Amino acid sequence: MVTKKMKEILSASKDTGWVIEPEAKRLFSMAGLDIPRFTWARTTEEASGFAKDIGYPVVCKVVSSQVMHKSDKDGVAVGINSDRKLTETFTRFSRLEGFAGMLVEEMLSGVELIVGAKIDYQFGPVILLGIGGTGVEIYGDVVLRMAPLTDRDVESMVRGLKAHQILEGYRGSKPVNLEQLARLLKVFSILVMDLQGMIESIDLNPVICSATKCVVADARVVLRRHEQ
Amino acid sequence: MNFRALFRPKTMAVIGVSLTNDRHPANVIYNKNNLRYQAEVFAVNQRGGVLQGKTVYKNILEIPQKVDLAVIATRAELVPTIIQDCIQAGVEGAVVVSGGFSERGRKDLQDSLASLAQEADLPVIGPNCLGIYSPPYIDTFFIPSERIVRPARGKVAFVSQSGGLLADQMVKFAEEGVGLSQAVSIGNKAVVGEIDLLRYFAGDPETEVVTFYLEGFGKDEGRAFVSAAAECQKPVVVLKAGKTSEGIRAVSSHTASLAGDYEVFSAVLAQHGVVEAETEFELISFCEALSCYHKPIEGRIGIITGSGGHGALAVDACLNHGLSVPTLSEQDQNEIRGRVSPRVEAIASFSNPIDLTGSAVDDDFMGAAQFLSTKQEFDCVLLLLLPYVPGITSDLGARLSQVYRHEGKPLIAYVPHVERYRMFIEGFELNEIPVAHSIEGAVHMAEAMRRRQPWLRKR
Repeated sequence: MVTKKMKEILSASKDTGWVIEPEAKRLFSMAGLDIPRFTWARTTEEASGFAKDIGYPVVCKVVSSQVMHKSDKDGVAVGINSDRKLTETFTRFSRLEGFAGMLVEEMLSGVELIVGAKIDYQFGPVILLGIGGTGVEIYGDVVLRMAPLTDRDVESMVRGLKAHQILEGYRGSKPVNLEQLARLLKVFSILVMDLQGMIESIDLNPVICSATKCVVADARVVLRRHEQ
Repeated sequence: MNFRALFRPKTMAVIGVSLTNDRHPANVIYNKNNLRYQAEVFAVNQRGGVLQGKTVYKNILEIPQKVDLAVIATRAELVPTIIQDCIQAGVEGAVVVSGGFSERGRKDLQDSLASLAQEADLPVIGPNCLGIYSPPYIDTFFIPSERIVRPARGKVAFVSQSGGLLADQMVKFAEEGVGLSQAVSIGNKAVVGEIDLLRYFAGDPETEVVTFYLEGFGKDEGRAFVSAAAECQKPVVVLKAGKTSEGIRAVSSHTASLAGDYEVFSAVLAQHGVVEAETEFELISFCEALSCYHKPIEGRIGIITGSGGHGALAVDACLNHGLSVPTLSEQDQNEIRGRVSPRVEAIASFSNPIDLTGSAVDDDFMGAAQFLSTKQEFDCVLLLLLPYVPGITSDLGARLSQVYRHEGKPLIAYVPHVERYRMFIEGFELNEIPVAHSIEGAVHMAEAMRRRQPWLRKR
């Protein structure tokens, strides 16, 4: 499943130790996961051109190999609805350390989940599913399974979340597309098995799940530190 | 590797006995096996001599008979050479009690021991361990006979990364009347580790439950362990120490931070149907229940009690442990009402718990147990038996066990454990119905059966 192009993305990030968001998304897109429409804009013109194409509002995120947790550095702006705001945001981001452009992407709505992976010392690749977003470590509502995942593992993971009702439709809200979520988890777990020698951990956070699809809205790949 | 000689040797050499110090671990091992166990024992010390009127051989090679098992308790430096002698003598298994290997910075000694053993396909337990307790054949624990508490012969095999904890746990098994088939303290596990022993006990006809005390696994060993456990048809129970991580490492991702070592351990064991006991008390309850009942349950509990208070506490405990206590339909309640004695009928309550009150007699418990055992709504029945209820007799345990034999629905009893009630308790235990000494313990037993299902999340 791991192609040469995927390996190139990983090896290009060796020096920084982790893969920046646009490249990480490209990698998961190659593996067959849904990602939002986005562009990596180096100029304000590129940014506003793309925003016009897909239509406002859009999400803007800083691209910088120095900024791993973008929200912590104020490097994420959602609901940008005009050229003026887009330009302002670009200017603000350009002052952040290591600025290498701005990601402009479509706004999605749905339930925010985290899908993660870790190469555990005792058990090897494990997969995490949880309630995602910036508060992920506060909720701590996560389930873990050893990869690769079976159908039954996937099913029990969703049921194992304390907030599983939110996924299954709660008080009039539509259930998220559980088949798409299951597909995502299984594709991801196979990918992680294949990448285990190269990575340390992965966060897909958030994965935005709606009644129709599950989209990887942000991704971070932390590479394995090489012993030599 | 063939483990037969480790657990059922006909002959055994104890290498490193002292001619002057009878408290030396090797002497303790020699003496107890010589006096109390079936294997024929030979003493070895490089200077030779006589111990208690018997020849002390200078070398294992001098022993005139073939030796199945060698127990080595010499200085660590001598062990690799002794292992070579053992291999030459055709020994089929060894236990290295001695310390002074990797735990003392002598990884070199441990490596040479391991490579000799592996090359010769010789199973070695240890070093730095208590070794093997396998009655009636051998016991290599260097604990004097009069100080060790021996549980009854039973169906639980216990493998421990700590020798001290194992000896202590044996006291508790004995106290609770849970029997052991074999116990192994694996020490530094240079050659034989948890996974080898899990596979061995999976095929051992005397073992029904395989239990582990674990501190942690080496790299990727956890993965191999759960795979072996998932293949094992017998219940596997684990007690883990070191649940809290010391010093949070700087972690760069949310996943790495949320998936700590213990969180992963616990989740992955449950995923593979391994029953994790949270405390040593749970461990005993789990072992007792799983040595009687192998089939997993969903955890829909029917409760029969002789006191309302006990019933209410049991309901709370069930719900706290993720078990359900379904109510009985009006029709079912009437049905049971018709099965109990008239005196009880008037005052008892027939929802779930069925409270038969202090006026109940044996037949009332029988009737209620028989009825619940046939109902699909329940997959396990808890009996809260209070021997001070005047109408019940010590025959009840034996009679109730027949209900299980006929209907196949697991029964778990609670009887207060004091000497005076011994006959009530034995009525159950001798008929392989697990008996807890607390309501909480009885609920733990039901929980053990529920947890044996990989697809249910531990709550």
